[in-house]
Amino acid sequence: MDKDKFMRSVRLKESACQGCINCIKHCPTQAIRVHNGKAHIIDKFCIDCGRCIRYCPHHAKIAVYDPLSVINNFKYTVALPAPSLYTQYNNLTNVDIVLNALLKLGFDDVYEVSAAAELVSEASREYIKEHMDEAPFISSACPSVIRLIRVKFPSLISRLLPIKAPVEVAAEIARARAVKKTGLDPEDIGIIFISPCPSKVSYAKAPLGIEKSNIDNVVAIKDVYPLLLPHMKQDESQLIPLSSSGRIGIGWSNAGGEVAGLLTENYLAADGIVNILRVLEELEDEKLHGLTFVELSACNGGCVGGTLTVENAYIATTKTKRLVKYQPVSKNHLSENPDAGNLYWADNVEYEPVFRLGNTFKESLKMMSDVEELTARFPGLDCGSCGAPTCQTLAEDIVRGDATPNDCIYVLRANIADLSHKIKDLASKQKTDGSLSDSSSELLDSYIRTLTAELASFGVPGHARKEVSKEE
Amino acid sequence: MSEQLTFTYTIDGNDFTRAGEASSSVKNKLKMLGVGSDAIRKVAIAMYEGEINMVIHADGGVITVSVSDNDITMVLADKGPGIPDISKAMQEGYSTAREEVRSLGFGAGMGLPNMKRFTDEMHIDTELGKGTTITMKVHL
Repeated sequence: MDKDKFMRSVRLKESACQGCINCIKHCPTQAIRVHNGKAHIIDKFCIDCGRCIRYCPHHAKIAVYDPLSVINNFKYTVALPAPSLYTQYNNLTNVDIVLNALLKLGFDDVYEVSAAAELVSEASREYIKEHMDEAPFISSACPSVIRLIRVKFPSLISRLLPIKAPVEVAAEIARARAVKKTGLDPEDIGIIFISPCPSKVSYAKAPLGIEKSNIDNVVAIKDVYPLLLPHMKQDESQLIPLSSSGRIGIGWSNAGGEVAGLLTENYLAADGIVNILRVLEELEDEKLHGLTFVELSACNGGCVGGTLTVENAYIATTKTKRLVKYQPVSKNHLSENPDAGNLYWADNVEYEPVFRLGNTFKESLKMMSDVEELTARFPGLDCGSCGAPTCQTLAEDIVRGDATPNDCIYVLRANIADLSHKIKDLASKQKTDGSLSDSSSELLDSYIRTLTAELASFGVPGHARKEVSKEE
Repeated sequence: MSEQLTFTYTIDGNDFTRAGEASSSVKNKLKMLGVGSDAIRKVAIAMYEGEINMVIHADGGVITVSVSDNDITMVLADKGPGIPDISKAMQEGYSTAREEVRSLGFGAGMGLPNMKRFTDEMHIDTELGKGTTITMKVHL
């Protein structure tokens, strides 16, 4: 379990990586470095938000997820379509067209995540009402948000709404129903989520708040989307009625959708990782007053903006509104869903102090003072040539033993200039004295060796670090 | 002698959008030091209130934060008008902030009371026309 703690689904495709610095500059948790010409994602800092996937001009950041062929691994499969799947299609007026197409694609049954979302909304309303004195609560539906809070905002962990995400509730209900319907062993049933984002892939393997997820596999909306198209031309009167969610459930896929289901006015809904970081900072400082609920989605536009979707997030938002226009507010109620089980988290989310410098306070204090000293030596350009996003991060990396000052090309240039001066001095000494003493000649040799080594490392950030570790 | 680390911040006067930058920076540093979240919260709130006060009343100033084994000390020094009546200023809801500042949602008269509430020690040194220096400590 522990080794999965920092599992991530955003990965590097090394062959495509050009070693540029676009990703390191856009990573909100400064989790990427470029060393030896290739990007490198630091597991414990990464929150799986997928921002690097959007910004990498060489498409070297990718999301890993399961292929659709996983449906062959089970005797019976249930598709859990995220509501964001519906709004990938143009002019969709009836969700059943998509749901029936999923059956044609090979799934044995479907259960809408949006149906479970309405149960989560109801449970959230009840929970908030009973715990009003602990408000504001922070939405726990986006795994990247939970992971961000877990590593950066320890004081806000207790504010996370301790209710399972809609997809988890959907998975539980789907499995329970499938077992009843087929009489099969629960392991023979495959619960497969059709996801808008990679952070749900990590969630399914290493969930937070519960020990084990009921989701067996996670496939991408962008993979499933084109495969459904040929199955969507069916005569509407022939469709099996499968859809069972209303405005609240389907609306969850948009920013502001979760709060719409809470029927409260005292809320804040923020989307986009940069915006939510600001909100979390302000929440931490208790600058935001009068709030009952804070909805946070890592992606711009909410889940429709996930990196595994096809449609533009804002077009998808408009389509959502159109799709739910004539739907009732909610079609799912806890009292009518005996399969829903326990909707609350079983585990606490623990603070992971991954950004802490040392193992003890004393050690950290010493390291921080070294960081300050080093940072002052650097030019403060935050140019990224060293492979770290800022001069300060380079200093932190050095203090942690993951880089050397020479990774900074300005420091390196100064060192080279200094060496060449020394060489020049010795050379002119040789001219006037005729020859060099043994010690001076040795010194000259050592200067030239160092100069050669430093020049060789030039433009190859992390080179010096590699040399050091080789010696070890 | 125990290790001590000092950070200095210059606070720009009359720029509300930047108030909070210093406390945010300190907060991040304290997290990297592994300071407990309770102490971080106290420092962040007290320092933010102090920063806002310096922006509203004193046209900025300088904040020095020292971290040692035992405590975090924040010294907020400004060359503002000084505080004429400290006991009044310490009352919740008492504010001398200008109307336009209040219309921005500041000046609720909770600044100094919050600074006192969220710190373990607070000392105000003020002289009319010369400025104010507030020293706050949060024990670790």
